[in-house]
Amino acid sequence: MAKSIDVSDLNIYYGNFLALEGVTVPIQAKSVTAFIGPSGCGKSSFLRSLNRMHEVVPGARVQGKIVMDGQDLYDAAIDPVQVRRQIGMVFQRPNPFPTMSISANVLAGVRLNGKRMAKKASQELVERSLRAANLWSEVKDRLDRPGSTLSGGQQQRLCIARAIAVEPQVLLMDEPCSALDPISTSAVEDLIEELKSAYTIVIVTHNMQQAARVSDTTAFFNLADVGKPGRLVEYGPTAKIFSNPENPSTEAYISGRFG
Amino acid sequence: MSSPVQLRPVDSSTLSELRGMPLQSARLPGYFTAAVLVAASCGVGILHLVLGLGLMPSVLLSWLAFTAGVCGTSLAVEGRRRGVDRLATVLVTSAFLLALLPLITLLSKVVNNGSSVLDPTFFTNSMRNVVGQGGGIYHAAFGTLLVTGMAGLISIPVGLLTAVYLVEYGGGRTARTVTFLVDVMTGIPSIVAGLFAYALFALFAGEGVRLGFGGAVALSVLMVPLVVRSSEEMLKLVPHELREASYALGVPKWRTIVKVVLPTALAGIVTGITIAISRVIGETAPLLIICGTTDSTNFNLFNGRMMTLPVFIYSSYKTPTIPPQFSIDRAWGAALVLTVIIMALNVVARLLSYFFSPKSKT
Repeated sequence: MAKSIDVSDLNIYYGNFLALEGVTVPIQAKSVTAFIGPSGCGKSSFLRSLNRMHEVVPGARVQGKIVMDGQDLYDAAIDPVQVRRQIGMVFQRPNPFPTMSISANVLAGVRLNGKRMAKKASQELVERSLRAANLWSEVKDRLDRPGSTLSGGQQQRLCIARAIAVEPQVLLMDEPCSALDPISTSAVEDLIEELKSAYTIVIVTHNMQQAARVSDTTAFFNLADVGKPGRLVEYGPTAKIFSNPENPSTEAYISGRFG
Repeated sequence: MSSPVQLRPVDSSTLSELRGMPLQSARLPGYFTAAVLVAASCGVGILHLVLGLGLMPSVLLSWLAFTAGVCGTSLAVEGRRRGVDRLATVLVTSAFLLALLPLITLLSKVVNNGSSVLDPTFFTNSMRNVVGQGGGIYHAAFGTLLVTGMAGLISIPVGLLTAVYLVEYGGGRTARTVTFLVDVMTGIPSIVAGLFAYALFALFAGEGVRLGFGGAVALSVLMVPLVVRSSEEMLKLVPHELREASYALGVPKWRTIVKVVLPTALAGIVTGITIAISRVIGETAPLLIICGTTDSTNFNLFNGRMMTLPVFIYSSYKTPTIPPQFSIDRAWGAALVLTVIIMALNVVARLLSYFFSPKSKT
């Protein structure tokens, strides 16, 4: 079910402002790809453009090609809602729906789309998704309580469970651990490790150690200069990027000398 | 990093000054304010009863003496900071009590004057063929419920959908224009809304038209902007992250609005609507024009005059029976019923917002 994505010559705009320029990168199936780089270099915008969440912002648009399964996601005939059903997303801040219980949050992707589901099947889906998100044992006795009663780390894992309950091909994660403590971070990282056998995962992170720990491939983004658009500097296997990068600015960034 | 921060040596004179600074200061006893208040109250009594000064001047003079006494003593004993603090406390508390005064006197007046006529007859009879004693508000109460209910039926969907448009779809010039027009509508005098409804229905039914539905339209003109503004504010409070979370699950925009945004904002929206209803339910002027007055019960919004509680109060005072006392008693009774309805609506609004709001606690 996991799929690969090929991005070529992608430009990302906010109105007339060019945020990211000329990105060409392949994203492999069933692996973890990490995007690193300083703030404002366009890596989050790039992640959001992968499932057409970018255009939710007024005035935002994209040029170039993002091909999944032989289809250009930005083709005029493509329905962004269908794209998002195949490419799920986990956000920086945990955002469970406050009006829904824990189990309703997990089922949100199914229920909000108006699909009917037998009670037994939905219970199974809740358990399967929560187990996959390493949350089942902590919440199995209080599935009817509001999702907002959980701790921050549990809420983030609930959001991951919600994202994988709709069985996407690809899972995008935008700094999923930046609001979490080290223990919850570790739980989410273990989860990413497990999920990669079934999903294609793309993760944006500011934490270099995290990128080194969880990813197979790393892409480094940087601003060419102040006021210039961001661009992809280097892309390769994580081990190589972190031990023997080709570009001097990559080395400067991962060794902490700037950024 | 550099070497540890160098501390500037403190010279001995500063230190001794610090040591000499007392942490304790003179305080007036806790009962001081209460004692001055009792003295000031006695002052009112003496000025009013013994010296024969009017009640208002006595209260005013005593209040001035009280304020000066408390703050002056405090200034002399406790120092400037506490003196000013007491002055501010006295002013704020006085303003609060002053604001409370009309509310309390109004409520007690309405309850005192209105409760005497409240009997079953008052609620089950109309004013048809009543001269002098007897009769009731049956026709006016139903008129108010029907007209306000219809006004709600018109303005809640229109107002709510406008708010959804403004927050979720509108952008740029159109939304700004609509917001401006809504703000203008908020300021329309209610009598103008009544004239508008009259002019509108006079087009169809000719001059002299009197119609319950016209009253509902006039009230809607007043209610729609209230509903739009309150719902708009509530929809804006829904975090953008929730919409994005829903979009990222592949949920279309309209389903996101119906199933995520509206339920999250429901408590505030319901409260706003209830307050808008209680705001228009007491309108008199537009209903006087378009609904007219009648002594008979009329359940048909689309045909003929319809009495409402505010208009009933007005016409009971304007054209009293002979002797006028019966009529005036009925007006107070109707005022009490209207006040109770509005208070009940506010209680309902609070209950609804409690039950609908997203639960964050267990």
